[in-house]
Amino acid sequence: MANGTENIAGYSNPEHVAGGKFSFRSLTDKISGITERKTPPVWFVAFGAASSLLLVLLGSIGYLVWEGVGIWGLNNPVGWGWAIINFVWWVGIGHAGTLISAVLFLFRQKWRTSINRAAEAMTIFAVICALLFPGIHVGRVWHAYYMFPLPSQMGIWPNFKSPLLWDVFAVGTYFTVSTLFWYVGLIPDLATLRDRATSRVRQLVYGFLSLGWLGSNRHWQNYERAYMILAALSTPLVLSVHSVVSFDFATSVEPGWHTTIFPPYFVAGAIFSGFAMVLTLMLIVRVVFGLTELITLKHIELMNKIILVTGMLVGYAYAMEFFIAWYSGNPYERYVFINRATGPYAWAYWTMISCNVISPQLFWWKKLRTNIPLTFVISIVVNIGMWFERFVIIVTSLHRDFLPSSWGYFRPTVVDVATYMGSIGLFMTLFLLFIRWVPSIAMAEIKGVLPEADPHYGHGDEHAHAAVGVAAKAEA
Amino acid sequence: MDGRPIVREADLEEFKRNPSFAREMAEHPPLKSIYPDHDYSRGYQWGMVIDLNACIGCGACTIACQSENNIPIVGKEQVSRGREMHWIRNDRYYVGDTDNPQIVHQPVACQQCENAPCEEVCPVAATSHDKEGLNTMNYNRCIGTRYCSNNCPYKVRRFNFFNYVKDMPEVIRMAQNPDVTVRSRGVMEKCTFCIQRLIRTKRNAKKENRTVKDGEIQTACQQACPAKAIYFGNINDPESNVSILKTNDRNYELLGELNVRPRNSYLAKLRNPHPLLKGYEPDEV
Repeated sequence: MANGTENIAGYSNPEHVAGGKFSFRSLTDKISGITERKTPPVWFVAFGAASSLLLVLLGSIGYLVWEGVGIWGLNNPVGWGWAIINFVWWVGIGHAGTLISAVLFLFRQKWRTSINRAAEAMTIFAVICALLFPGIHVGRVWHAYYMFPLPSQMGIWPNFKSPLLWDVFAVGTYFTVSTLFWYVGLIPDLATLRDRATSRVRQLVYGFLSLGWLGSNRHWQNYERAYMILAALSTPLVLSVHSVVSFDFATSVEPGWHTTIFPPYFVAGAIFSGFAMVLTLMLIVRVVFGLTELITLKHIELMNKIILVTGMLVGYAYAMEFFIAWYSGNPYERYVFINRATGPYAWAYWTMISCNVISPQLFWWKKLRTNIPLTFVISIVVNIGMWFERFVIIVTSLHRDFLPSSWGYFRPTVVDVATYMGSIGLFMTLFLLFIRWVPSIAMAEIKGVLPEADPHYGHGDEHAHAAVGVAAKAEA
Repeated sequence: MDGRPIVREADLEEFKRNPSFAREMAEHPPLKSIYPDHDYSRGYQWGMVIDLNACIGCGACTIACQSENNIPIVGKEQVSRGREMHWIRNDRYYVGDTDNPQIVHQPVACQQCENAPCEEVCPVAATSHDKEGLNTMNYNRCIGTRYCSNNCPYKVRRFNFFNYVKDMPEVIRMAQNPDVTVRSRGVMEKCTFCIQRLIRTKRNAKKENRTVKDGEIQTACQQACPAKAIYFGNINDPESNVSILKTNDRNYELLGELNVRPRNSYLAKLRNPHPLLKGYEPDEV
């Protein structure tokens, strides 16, 4: 169900869009209900765990600011370690959200409506986690603002040639646009919550957040135009952000980093890991909040297909890197790649290959890609693999570069691990708060693809063809 | 050396056969840069030559530099974690037969690249070129991203992972060089050719209304070297000692094939072993 024609067919019987079992009213009840009902105990358990990890993060950052980055395992050849690995990993995870919400929107992929809200939220939270790391990894955190082009009495601008500065702009733009896009999409649903609110506090909070939404024709027109523009603005960011992140490495002189393949390879990897993270989260959410009729097996299968494709893209990139290292005739480049596969960090390299290239191959079989426990396991395996990909790129390239006299070995410390785990805590805390207080599925958008939204609803199927244009409009 | 042209050496016969062997040991495409060149035609242009034939690997340069430049002593625990702070280090490689290897030494400090990879990547422009060709560090501006160190092919940049001067005993504090900033935690540092000595000598020369004479400035490492392996001076002056040495057949630039255009260069090592010691072959690269 991945092209327009099939969607139109699916329109009158949208079994994968919303299970075909919902009316406008039952859908609103179902989704708003999650934020209105008493909090399920399992949420408290999860929130307790997540916020404990968040405390670990805050503790680690406090210790870091107090003592200095020496508490991490960094050393002289390996000047970047887990912090930058985590940064790239989190930015990558964010990409799937934008792809689902913006690119699939522009391509009129209606199946996205069930998952786009949560995927966008995931993007924003992942980018928050990502932005944390470049901020704290610098030696003098209190001067990190020097990276911003602020006019100051020092009369110095940042160095616009530096890819790290490009990162500041790329990721900053990405965060801003993603947040705006997510928030604009939320407005009609927040208004629904406001209208259903039974307590004064909810009325005030959701009333404030829904920005005076009335659901008038004029509001809808403006809303849809704004949503379309933001989708169009977000789309190039799917490609640009991770390309810019890859420039951190690609523009350097380090063998193993200095590679033109990096931008597309990073983007493919980002979408790969992002879809895996969407799956991990959605598979839990749909069971815990009883959304199996909205997030269906069809969605899971489609996302697994994307994982299969992007997994093979990164596999191709891994192979091509080796080929080019050999073909270039550059002895330093050749050494770095032989060292990756056979050197002291070979275990990391082969973990990466097993997780990212081999494990998604299981999704060639329909039986396996529609198997939920297996999908869950692979979605986690893929993200472990993608973390190792960044580890391989960053640490194994740095630890043995040009002069063997300077070679070293990087070992993480407890604080490295604690900071990483803590960032997962931050992510989970934000996500759990989102699930609990914000409509986690885009109600207004799903309604647009429900049979009830068809102007010929109840008039039989003979007008189905005429309904095509209207349907697309209603969904937009 | 993993077959890399790092310390370049030959025996006397090979040198006679091919005097420019050292330069021919690294192959590379034409070296071009997309950035415009700095203007190095005027004023002093500082440069260094290290004669690997003379170097005996004693390490005096490292220690001299450490006392001159207030380089923190970090202790064995930090050194074992790869965080030694020396601005000039003495690289040692084994060559030849693994059962009876020969040893070569190579002092490596910042090569003061004219096309410096570290400068391009610093987001806050804390490391930049001055008009005398030095790759300078602005400690006050440095925020410690360590990107410069990652992108340095020579790995000569040193980072203050902790506040190494905090617990310095009073006696050591009094022994610090008053002309050199003590670096705080979280900043990068590296060799800048004893810039405090350059400034002092230039100022004195200016007061006397003359230019700095060749050999008038000695860097700390050069001064301490018992074998006179280190030469420093103005490469803009064709008569200076360094300029003459840079025209030597044995002169080569370490990793010059990366087009970083280092200001420092090395004179390749020559061996002329006694016939009884034959059987030793320098590494073929």
